[in-house]
Amino acid sequence: MQMRDFVVRFAGEGGQGVVTSAEGLAQTSTQVGYHAMTFATFPSQILGGPTWTQARISVDPVLSPGDDVNVLVAFNRDAYDAHHEEVLPDGVVIYNSTEFELEGDERSFGLPFEEIAKSTGNNRAANMVIMGALAHLINMPQENLIGFVETRFNRGRSEDAEIIKSNILALNLGREHIAESGFSLGELAPPEMPKYQQVMIKGNEAVSVGAMAAGLDFYAGYPISPATPILLYMERNLVGQDRLAYQVSSEIEAITAILGAGYAGKRSMTATSGPGVSLMSEGLGLAWIAEIPLVVVNVQRGGPATGLPTKTEQSDLFSCMYPAHGDVRLPIIAAGTVEECFYGAIKAIQWAEKYQGPVILMTEMSLAERAQNIPKPDLSKVVEGKRETYTGNNGYLRYAGNELSAMPIPGSPGAYVANGSEHDDMGDTTHLGERHVQMTERRFGKIKLLEEDEYERDQPEHSIVVMTWGGSKGPSREAYDTLKADGLPIGWLYTMNLNPLPPKLLEELKTKDLVIVPELNYQGQFSSILRSMGVKAESITQYIGLPFKARTLVEKITEMTNACRKEAAKV
Amino acid sequence: MSKKNPEYDFKWCPGCGDFGVRRALEMAMINRKEESGLPMENNVVVAGIGCSGNLVHLLEGDQPYGIHGIHGRSLPIALGVKMAQPTLNVVVVAGDGDFLSIGGEHIGPQAARNLNICAVIMDNGVYGLTKGQSSPTTLEGAITSSTPFGKLETKTNPLELYLTLGVTFIASGFSGQVRPLAQLIKQGMEHTGFSIIHVQSPCTTYNDTFIELKGDLANGIQPALWDIPEDHDTSDRGAAHELLQQGGVPVGVLYNDTERLSLDQSVVNTWEKAKPKTVEQLLGAFEF
Repeated sequence: MQMRDFVVRFAGEGGQGVVTSAEGLAQTSTQVGYHAMTFATFPSQILGGPTWTQARISVDPVLSPGDDVNVLVAFNRDAYDAHHEEVLPDGVVIYNSTEFELEGDERSFGLPFEEIAKSTGNNRAANMVIMGALAHLINMPQENLIGFVETRFNRGRSEDAEIIKSNILALNLGREHIAESGFSLGELAPPEMPKYQQVMIKGNEAVSVGAMAAGLDFYAGYPISPATPILLYMERNLVGQDRLAYQVSSEIEAITAILGAGYAGKRSMTATSGPGVSLMSEGLGLAWIAEIPLVVVNVQRGGPATGLPTKTEQSDLFSCMYPAHGDVRLPIIAAGTVEECFYGAIKAIQWAEKYQGPVILMTEMSLAERAQNIPKPDLSKVVEGKRETYTGNNGYLRYAGNELSAMPIPGSPGAYVANGSEHDDMGDTTHLGERHVQMTERRFGKIKLLEEDEYERDQPEHSIVVMTWGGSKGPSREAYDTLKADGLPIGWLYTMNLNPLPPKLLEELKTKDLVIVPELNYQGQFSSILRSMGVKAESITQYIGLPFKARTLVEKITEMTNACRKEAAKV
Repeated sequence: MSKKNPEYDFKWCPGCGDFGVRRALEMAMINRKEESGLPMENNVVVAGIGCSGNLVHLLEGDQPYGIHGIHGRSLPIALGVKMAQPTLNVVVVAGDGDFLSIGGEHIGPQAARNLNICAVIMDNGVYGLTKGQSSPTTLEGAITSSTPFGKLETKTNPLELYLTLGVTFIASGFSGQVRPLAQLIKQGMEHTGFSIIHVQSPCTTYNDTFIELKGDLANGIQPALWDIPEDHDTSDRGAAHELLQQGGVPVGVLYNDTERLSLDQSVVNTWEKAKPKTVEQLLGAFEF
C-alpha cells in the first residue's frame, strides 16, 4: 500500500543545517505537488546547542507536525540518543557517519554526507545528499528533484551550471548510497498538484504581510523571541513615505508609541511575546479607556517571566484578555494555522479601527516558526481597516453618548484630550459616578460591533463537541477527523474570534453536555473562560513546550466522551 | 478647556507655579500660531500624571489636541504622535516625579534619537498630588511625608543629566517670569530636535521655594536664580557644563546643538536605501 504521508526529523547542533534541511525538503516536496509543514524548536543561545526540526510531507493538506518519526537524520551522536526512541520500528535512521559510528540499531544507516558533498566539489551540497537518500526511501522520482534543483539554482549567474551539476551529483550519490543498503519505507503516493497558486510561508511572515495588506502604517517593536522576525520584516518592508517601522527601547515604549501613532490617525501595531504583554498592560488599559485603535500581536512562548523562550505554549489567554487593572476585557483573535495568521492579522487591524480600541492577535511559537504551503491569499478581496474619522469643526464632544463616535485626527479640527483618567464627553477628568457608569458601558458596548456570525461547525447535532483554540487547531482537527471516521458521536466547533465569540456559537455551546477544549496550558484557561459564560467546558491540557500529538488527543477525547455518555446514561 | 467645565473639579493650589507655566505655554503656542499661520489644532500637548499633567485640561482659549496618559510615559507617547505626523508641533508637559523618576528611562533614548519635540518640565521638588513625598529633585536630608528621617538620596541635577544624555536644546526657566519663559518655550518648539525647558515651578503647599529662588535681600537671602550671561556660547557643551558648576538656578538657554539631524529627518534620509514594495510583491515573494 502506498503511504499518504511521512515525517522526517533532522536533529543536530545549531548551525549544522538542521533547519535548512527541513525547509529544503518541504520546499522540494511542495514544488512537485505535495503538502508540507515544518516544525522547529531551538535552544535559547546564539550558536550551537541541540536543535531539531522536522518536515511532514503528505499527499493531503497537513494539519499537524505529525505524531511519529519515519526517518531520523542524526547529525551527531547526541541527536541520535535524544531522538531514536521516537522513530517507528519500521522507520529508518540516517546518521552522519563522518561524525560517528552506530552499532546495534537495525534501522540505522551510516551516510557520510559531508564527505560525499566534498567529493562533488561543492561542500554545501550535504543537504542534497540527504535529500537524494530520502527520495530513494519513499521512491520519489529523481526527475522531480532534478527539476527542483534546476529551478532553485538558476539565478542568472555564470556559476549556475556548475552549482546545478554538483547538486544533482550529490542527489544521485545520496540515492546510490542508500540504494546499496536495501532500506526502503515503501512508496509515497504520487502528489496531486493543487490547481490554485500557493505560497510557502511561516506564521510570523503571514502575520506581517497580512497586517500590511490591511493597511498597517506604523509599527514599533522591541526584540523578543519568538516575535522578533515580525520586527525585522517590518523594518525592511514597512518603509517609505507615511509608513514607519521602528525599534524602540522597551515594550513600554512600543505600546505607548503605537498608542501615540494610533491617536494621530495611523493604523498601528506591535508584536511581542508574554513578557512584553506584561509590560504593556498599563498602556493597553490606556488605549481601552482613551479609545485609541492599535494591535498587539502576542507570539506566545512558555511562561511565566522568562519561562521557556523558544518553546510553544498557549498560556497567555488570561493575560491577553484581561491585561490591565480595572474593568477591561480586550478583543482577542487567536490564529490556529499559518493561513489564519494572515487573515487574523487583517481582522485585527480591521477590528481595532472599527471599534477604536486595542485588539490582541494571539499566535504561538509553533505557528510562528512553521513553514507551510497554503493557497495564495487573494489580495483583491482584502478590505483595509478604516476608522470613522471626524470631519467637522472645533468644539466637538469626542466622548459624547453611549456609542462609538467619530474620531478626530490631530492637525484637523476637533481638538480634544484623549484621557486615561475617567472623563466626560469632552475628555476632561471627572469623578462623577454616573459618568463612570456611562463611559464603562460605552466601552463594553463597542465590543458588540465586532460580533460575527460565521464560525466552523461539523456534526453539530452531537451533544459533545471539540472546541479548541489557537495553534492546537491542527492536531485537534486531525484527532477529530480520525474519531469521526471511527464513528465516535462528537461534533466540531471552532472560531478564531475568542472575544467577542460569535453570539450564535456561544448559544450553541451552551446547549452542549460537554465541550472538550484541548489547550497548551496548566490551568485550562479557555475552558475556564467558557465555564464563566455558562458553557460546560473541560480542557485537555499539556505543558511540555511542544504541540499536542493527534494520538494523545484521540485517546483523551475518546475517554472524556465515553465518561460523559456513561454519566448521561445513568441519569 | 476653553470655558469653565463644572464637571472638572481639579484645582491647582493658590499661588502654584504651574499657573505661570500654563500661561507661558499658551503664549508660546499662540505666538507660533500667529507666526506660522498653522491652526491651534496643529499642536499636541502630551501630559504626564500629577499636578503638572492637569495643565492639558486647564489651557484657556483656542484648544490644542491633548493626551493625558499614564504616569511616566509622556515621552514615548509623544514619539508615536510625532513620528506618525512629523508636521505636528508636539509638546510634553510633565513634573519632576513623572519625568525624572518613573519616566527617567525614556529621556536617554529620545535624546539619542533627537526626537523633534519640546518637553516643558515643571520642577517643584516634591510629589504634590499624592501629598508631599520626596522626588528626585528634593534636597538630600529633607523631611517629607515619605522621608520621616530625612531624604537618603542625593538631589538629581536635571540640567547636568540632560547635557550628559545628549539632549540637543536645554533651557532653564522660572514660573514667576512668564514672558521670558514663553520665549524659552517658543525657542524650544522651534528647535529641530529634542528640547527640554526645565522650569522651577514651586509647590506652595509642600515645597514653597519662591523666596529661595527670588531671594529676599531685606532679610539677607540671596536669590538662587541667576541669568545666564548673554556671551555664553550655547553651542559649547564644555561651557555649558562649566556654567552648571556655579550652582544656584541658571535662567536662559544652556545648550543648543543645531547640527544634529532629528529622528524624522534621519528617517527621510533612509527612503533612498529602502525600496518600498507593494503588498502584492511582498506576497509574491513566497510563491512557488
